[in-house]
Amino acid sequence: MNGVIGHAATLLALLIAGCGAAAAFAGGWSGNERYVAWARRAGFAVCALVALAFLTMEHALVTHDFSVSYVAQVGSRATPVFYTVISLWSALEGSILLWALVLSVYTAVLVRWSKRHAEPGGDPQLAYALGTLLCVNVFFLLLISWPANPFRALSPVPPDGPGPNALLQNSPFMGVHPPLLYTGYVGMSVPFALAVGALLAGRLSPDWTRVIRRWTMVPWTFLSLGIVAGAWWSYEVLGWGGYWAWDPVENASFMPWLTATAFLHSVMVQERRGMLKTWTITLIVSTFLLTVLGTFLTRSGVLASVHAFTQSPIGPFFLTFLALVLLGSLTLLAWRSDVLRSEGRFDAALSRETAFMVNNLLFAAFAFVVLLGTMFPLIAEATRGVKVSVGGPYFSQMTVPIALLLVFLAGVGPALPWRKGSLELLRGKFRWPTVGALVAGAVLAVAGVRAPLAWLTFVLAVFSAGLLVVEFVAPTVARRASTQESWGSALWRVCASNRRRFGGYVVHAGILVIAVGVAGSATFRREQEWYMVRGAVEPFGRYQVGFDSVWAAHESNRDGVIAATTIYVGGSVLTRLNPRLNYYKSAIEPIGTPAVRENLGEDLYLVLMAYTADGSHAMIKAIASPLVGWIWLGGGIVGLGALFALWPGAGKATPRRDAVAGPVRARARPAREARV
Amino acid sequence: MKWQQWAIPVSGVPVLALLAWGLTRDARIVPSPLPGKPAPDFALATISGDSLHLASLQGQVVLVNFWASWCLACRAEHQVLVDAAKRYRDRGLRVVGVVYEDSRDNALAWIKERGGDWPNVLDVGSRTAIQYGLFGVPETFFVGRDGRIIYKQIGPLDTGVIDQWVPRLLGTDGPTAPADTFAEGRSAGHVRLSPDFPTAGGTVRRP
Repeated sequence: MNGVIGHAATLLALLIAGCGAAAAFAGGWSGNERYVAWARRAGFAVCALVALAFLTMEHALVTHDFSVSYVAQVGSRATPVFYTVISLWSALEGSILLWALVLSVYTAVLVRWSKRHAEPGGDPQLAYALGTLLCVNVFFLLLISWPANPFRALSPVPPDGPGPNALLQNSPFMGVHPPLLYTGYVGMSVPFALAVGALLAGRLSPDWTRVIRRWTMVPWTFLSLGIVAGAWWSYEVLGWGGYWAWDPVENASFMPWLTATAFLHSVMVQERRGMLKTWTITLIVSTFLLTVLGTFLTRSGVLASVHAFTQSPIGPFFLTFLALVLLGSLTLLAWRSDVLRSEGRFDAALSRETAFMVNNLLFAAFAFVVLLGTMFPLIAEATRGVKVSVGGPYFSQMTVPIALLLVFLAGVGPALPWRKGSLELLRGKFRWPTVGALVAGAVLAVAGVRAPLAWLTFVLAVFSAGLLVVEFVAPTVARRASTQESWGSALWRVCASNRRRFGGYVVHAGILVIAVGVAGSATFRREQEWYMVRGAVEPFGRYQVGFDSVWAAHESNRDGVIAATTIYVGGSVLTRLNPRLNYYKSAIEPIGTPAVRENLGEDLYLVLMAYTADGSHAMIKAIASPLVGWIWLGGGIVGLGALFALWPGAGKATPRRDAVAGPVRARARPAREARV
Repeated sequence: MKWQQWAIPVSGVPVLALLAWGLTRDARIVPSPLPGKPAPDFALATISGDSLHLASLQGQVVLVNFWASWCLACRAEHQVLVDAAKRYRDRGLRVVGVVYEDSRDNALAWIKERGGDWPNVLDVGSRTAIQYGLFGVPETFFVGRDGRIIYKQIGPLDTGVIDQWVPRLLGTDGPTAPADTFAEGRSAGHVRLSPDFPTAGGTVRRP
């Protein structure tokens, strides 16, 4: 029954999405509001039907309805309820169902928003955007209706299933990372649809640009959090003590993040000065293209990846979709290049526009380097017939210099004024941050930081952080002088007066914290492993690792072997850690769960590698990762900053002292836009 | 639209062509030029203190098995090897273990605990592993009586693979198999490379 309901719901949703898309384009073309109203209804209906399909699948999973093919593939009576619920996105078909759900929710939200936003007398770009988004829906609904249908009926019905992939039921992060990442990844469809709407309608107003920006901010925030959560998951679960391996799937999530970040910066230049229009639209189109390309690369078996799904028949479908989107949007960009002509021009080399330009070049170069590294195995095989794999050294060598420059710009960019900066102004702003960076550099050198790249990262981060502090402190001091408020309330009022700007600076601070965490953990990591007899204590840096015992535990979905260890520092007990190995019936090899003592200064990470059958010996690996916790902390700061910038009401910015009435500013901003 | 503008969308075509070509390939198959070629020779110290020259085993069927004590998949595989060595010993199967990226003490402790009476050599500096183009451990090369590699197993061995190849290799004296059966295989242990999501029907592919 579940299978019939789910499949019927997806088929109906597919039909309605197709009709809705046609209605939207007809409405945009003819200016007939009634067509657009039908397209809106279709948007809501698609969302309701996909939600029904999703809930039906959850119901089938929770009630162990093994007549549904997907349940038989990932379900198991022994799996705990939590992992059964999240096993919906543990394999290909279900992950596309989650994708379709997220997409349809975005569609419904866009429909709701567009109802309030629509101009009387028709709004072709809105209708076209809605049509485009519904077309994307059509594609994903087509996938789950046909080649990746999770609702196929099985006969005879198997009595039980294997349960989800063992790695995916080994950590609760599975419940967090994919939904966050998908909300970000899939959400990039909305700004793409809005951009295509503008190009089709042949007008890109500053208002519309602002709309695209806000619709990018939301998925960008989720994508950022999703990437950090994925890195944390990898760190906490996989037992190698790392968090990023430049795997194609990781790159697939990172490349759109890079182009979307570039977009969020270039769009400010476009809003302020009417420049870089083509570039900005290209970035948002590229972001969407990269999400489709990334999904294609990892779901079709074209590239080998630790995340790759089973070889499936969806490859040709994805390629067709990619071809349509790529050729369609490039043609559109070429056709409409006249609409995207620049209005302003650069006034001076020393200005924020320049900083944004450099920033954009760096992000674009970063994305290109990652794309090249990801695609290179394919290129090499096609041109030279050899199988190669591109590993960490390529990516590190190519990206670290770019990343260092971005760390530098994260502080310098905000410090530069629009149009033209004076050396005098800069001298005042740069004085203390420079002193701070020099002091930090000297202290680090004295403290024994000898790795040049890590040292440089730390110094640049201190410098940029100092510049950001100045951006907060200077207006607060000015405000206090005029209003006599307390420091706290003056700072809050200053920040609240321009949430987008100060939220952005908080995001920058978060990125600096992440940079410090990456540099520290990548450079100063130490590891060691021992074959230990029960009761043995081994020295490891400032710690002593004591192996107390191993024991076995039986759980419904797995058996575990757990090592008890005691960590001492200077003879007294610091903590007790229990790394374990888990045996799942669906996995040949045991899956480890490392035990981590998290600390902002340094994580201590223990892995149980092996043990003897009588429990007398165990092989234990210890990894010390300095500053790795800063990465997760930085991710949280990025999230908070983005939330602050996005909080409703953020549009009511008071004019800034350095604001210049460019062509964009000169336009009156409709009040309703405050709540995009 | 001017003709120059068409250059922009046309630039997307090679990318799409490359991806379409990629669809016809399977990225997971790592080809090796070794099957059909003579097994690279080595003379290395065994963990028990002797030395072993692979060429001295010419004329016999040899399984060259790369392993390490830190390798979890090797644990499951070891019992398969012990069984195979026992079952085919009388017919002349020889097993040679190559300890990859590991210490002598670890290897000795492993053998003491899990059994296995075949020689294990220490590949200090991984030079032999490089000669064999090792992708990871475990990996096993089936060497025929003529000293040529007939089959290469990526990932842990199972009894099925052993029984498929070893009797064929043992059965003849001359060239052991026609060239078109030179192959390489992989077992479910290629989880290391790409964890196939298990399905009810099974996803383990055999070429």
